Parts: sequence; structure tokens; C-alpha cells
Amino acid sequence: MSAISFPEPALAAEPTEHAQPRRVRRWYRQPALASGLVLLGIILIAAAAAPLLTPYDPIKENLSATLLGPSAHHWLGTDQTGRDTFTRLLYGLRTDLRIAFIAVLFPFCIGTILGSIAGYYGGWVDTVLMRLVDIVVAFPFYVLLIALVFVLGPGERSIYIAITLVGWVSYARIIRGEILVAKRQDYVAAARSGGLSSIRIIGKHLLPNVITQAFIYGMSDIVQDILAIVTLGYFGLGVPPPTPDLGSMINDGQNFLPTAHWQLTTFPGLAVVVVGLSLSLIGDGLADLLRPGHS
Amino acid sequence: MGRMTFVIQRLLMLVPVAVGVTIVVFFMIHLIPGDPARTILGIHATPQRIAILHKQWGLDRPLVSQYWLFMDRLLHGNLGQSLYYGTSAGAVIFERIPPTLWLIVYSAVLAVIISVPLATIAATRKDAVRDHVVRAVPLIGLGMPPFWVGILLVYALAIKVRAFPVSGYGTGFLGHVHAMFLPALTVAIALAPVVIRALRASMLNVLGAEYITTARSKGVPPSRLFLRHVLRNAVIPAVTVLGINIGFLIGGTVIIENIFAIPGIGQLMINSIFQRDFPVVQGVTLVFGVLVVLVNLLADLSYAALDPRVRFDR
Repeated sequence: MSAISFPEPALAAEPTEHAQPRRVRRWYRQPALASGLVLLGIILIAAAAAPLLTPYDPIKENLSATLLGPSAHHWLGTDQTGRDTFTRLLYGLRTDLRIAFIAVLFPFCIGTILGSIAGYYGGWVDTVLMRLVDIVVAFPFYVLLIALVFVLGPGERSIYIAITLVGWVSYARIIRGEILVAKRQDYVAAARSGGLSSIRIIGKHLLPNVITQAFIYGMSDIVQDILAIVTLGYFGLGVPPPTPDLGSMINDGQNFLPTAHWQLTTFPGLAVVVVGLSLSLIGDGLADLLRPGHS
Repeated sequence: MGRMTFVIQRLLMLVPVAVGVTIVVFFMIHLIPGDPARTILGIHATPQRIAILHKQWGLDRPLVSQYWLFMDRLLHGNLGQSLYYGTSAGAVIFERIPPTLWLIVYSAVLAVIISVPLATIAATRKDAVRDHVVRAVPLIGLGMPPFWVGILLVYALAIKVRAFPVSGYGTGFLGHVHAMFLPALTVAIALAPVVIRALRASMLNVLGAEYITTARSKGVPPSRLFLRHVLRNAVIPAVTVLGINIGFLIGGTVIIENIFAIPGIGQLMINSIFQRDFPVVQGVTLVFGVLVVLVNLLADLSYAALDPRVRFDR
């Protein structure tokens, strides 16, 4: 569950000859962006290299080593079935990050296409699409997501479908708003008078100038998707066990919170917080870097 | 345009959205893979029970006719028969609405109580250490799973310190305030980052405005300047952000009610999912949709009360 924080609408700027090199030169001077990228890079490498970083199996139970405390062998101890918590955390990150990064692509693409069509053509197409947006927005994100996963049946495929059906509206709103402003610019009028087709104008001229806002929002949307995946996992509606997932790890560990095994619940949650922090830093850094007029 | 005309026009604009909401809820049953009746009944599926459900929900009729039947029942206040409770789904849902409303209002109040001082601390000393600290709050807060925050709060403040109950709704006004503090705080912590960001940004805008310089030069005391001029003008964008996030606020109750065992419609929804009580899940989804639409309407109308510049003929 993440609150909605839309990027501020900005006037689409015409690409200039010098804009690109300046951006390339400056990205590492953005402390937020640079630290976010480094942090996310470390997380992604740790998740991808999980089999190299830990000798334990994330699924295989070891009933002779249940609920062990943190030690040199088990950095974060073991869970109630003797599985190494650090191993499951790395593999859980792997699962959740993979699903979140794939899940964000569908709403991004669909929302961008529909938002472009609504913004560029206007008229009844815009009216119909925006009423559709109003209807989806009328449902609280989690209510619709949980309801959809329930009717589709738990699992990865249902998560992709549910996130797409719920998530496209934000991108459509952002891109539509940006295109409404950008289509009045001189370069669009020039392209039109040059006889370019609408699809070419949208694809070649408008989208490259307005996609930044959707991209910046995408960063916070991935955070929202990770939180959604973890929440569904917590309620047993996400990735089915025994596949490691941070949400189900938090759920499994919460019964042991009053005892000495607080790490079982605390660390999977902290892992989500660090991932969220890295993506938020990247989003903020990108906004500063790419928004015209921002220092 | 008068206030009444504005309200009526705004209500009329809700009609297509409300119809759309009912269509989405109606189509939920058709997203179920295979025969919905068989899937919903699960191990209890017998040919007789499947046939009864088919007849009850009109699954053997054309889609338009099914929707018409659904709407006909809905307009008569009939949300169907709960498969688990054996009574009207509407009755089951409506008796659980008060705890959810309590949680929503309490969370919004706590979110404001947390956000206003923090945003003020940050905005009044832009780029100072305290500003950077407050600006870091949303970065960390946005990535915190609310149910995890809830679990940690229960552990720290209910199990260790024993200042609040672990779960429940409480009895009487003060009982509710006490019992619902941790759940409301959990939702507020999730909501506060966005409100702090918006409030800080709008306070900075207001602080840079010429009328503030004028007020300062006229010798208006700082406390009066802040309360009468800065806060009042800065709070409007923050209310807008709160309005945009109403769906989030209401949706958050689904998760938090389950962590704290609050007998609201959020807990009912998750319980009904595990009991495969489809009519109740469908009904709760509809009620949540209608709730968001109505709260958005209230938010729109409240802008005018907060900001005299807002006219009804916008």
C-alpha cells in the first residue's frame, strides 16, 4: 500500500541539441539519483547472486535447526522449519523484485498508449477513456487488487493481470495531461503541417517529450507494486509457498515476535523499506534531473 | 451558480461513474476461471447447489439480462445471500461499516496531526538540517509496508509497553479512541509522507508570496502570520492531496483491520475471501467503491469552505 504521489505536471520542452550531453554529464552529480542507483544496484546484485552468496537452500526444511538465533553460520537465524532466514530473504527479494519490475511494464505501456490517444485525439475517445479512468479510480487500490486476485486465483499471473487492470489509469492520466499541453507547442504544429501522420507525431515527437513524467511516476509505482506483492503474500494471496516471498516471511515470523526471534519479521520488512528508499531516491533524482526548469 | 445547483451537477456527474462501478463489480463473477458456481462452492459443489447458484445469479441468461437482474436487486437494496453467514450479504456488510468509518476518520485526523508540525519544521528553515531530516521521512515512509508497521507497533506499544490493546474496536467513544489508536496511527504513518511533501511544498510557496512580505513589513507577529496567513493558505493543496489519496486511505483499512482484528468491512472482505463468500466480497467491493465516490464528492465540496476563492461556477 503506497499513497499516490503524482509527479508535478511540467511543460513539455522541445529537445535541444545540447540537452542530452548535459544530462549525461550531470546524472552522477545528483546525490539522490546516484545514491539510489548505487543502493538499488547492490540490492539487485545481492538478489541475482543469491546462490553464490549463501550455501543454503531457500526451500528445503531442516527440522534439526529450527528457530536458531543469528550466528556466523546463519546471519539472521533460521525460521520455524529450519530454513536460513538470510537465504530466504535474498531469494524473496529476487521473487518480489522480478514480479514488481515485470508488473510495472504492462500498466506503463497500456496507460501510456491510452493516455496518448485520449490526449491527442480528444473528443469522444478522450471522454470514454477518462470516464473509464474515473471508474477504476473509484475503487481503492487494495480493494480492487485483492478482489481481482481473489477471483482470478492466487499466483503470479493473477498479480500481473490485477496490477495491470488497476495500475494503467495513473499513467494514462499523466500522459494525457502532458500531451494536452505538448500538442499545442509549435513543433507539433510544424509536424502536422509537414503532413506527418498522427501516429508518427505521437510516437516520434510527443511521447519522447512527455514520457519522462510517466517514467518518474513509474519509480514510485514500482514501490507501490512491491508493497502490493508483499501485502498479497502476507495474506496468502501472492506467490504460493514454498517459494520465498517477503510478505509470507513477515507473516510466518510475526508469531515469533514476542519471543526472541524478532528478526524473522523485522528484516524482511526492512528489506522492503530499503528497496523502496532506493527507488524513491531514483525517482526524486530523475525528477530533478529531467524536469525542465528544475535545477 | 448556486451551491445547490453545484451539488446537483456534481451528483449528476457521479451517475456514469456509479454505473461503471456496478458494471465492474458485476463482471467480477465472470473473471472467475471456469464455472463460477462450481469454483465458488469448491468442495461443497453438488449438482443441486450449482444449479441453485446458477438460478440465483441468473448465470444461464444472456449477459445483459444478468446485469439487469443484478441492478434490479441492487436498487432494491439486495446484495445477494451470503454463502457463509446464510443471511443477507447487505445486512452483514452494513453492520460492519461503523468501525471502518471510525478508522478512516481517525487515521485522517492523525495524519494531519503528524504532518502539519513536521512540514512546518521543514518549511520554516528551508535547506537546514531539520528540513533535510523531514524530507527524508517520505523517502523512507513510502516504502514501509503498512501491515509491517502495524505489527511492529503492536509489538512495541501493545505487547512490550502495554499502553494500548493488541486488537479490537473498544466500546464507547473513549474506548474506540483508545483501542483504535494503533490501527489509525499505522494508516496515518503510511499516509503522512505524501501529505508532508505536499504541505511543505505549498508552505514554501506561501512563504515566498508577496503578501507574506507585506504582512511581515507591517509588523504582524510571527505566530499570527503563520496561523492566519501561511497555514490557512498552505493547507488547501494538502487537503487536495488528502482527497487524491482517499482511495488509498479507505483501501488501507482493508489491510489494517485484519492486522488489528477490527470488525469492519475490510476484515469482512479478507475473511469472506477465505470463506469463498463471493456475494459478500462483491458487496464489500461495491460499498468501498461507493464510499470513495461519496468521500471525493465531500472533499470537492469542502474546498469551497476552506478557500473562499473557490467558486461554485468553476
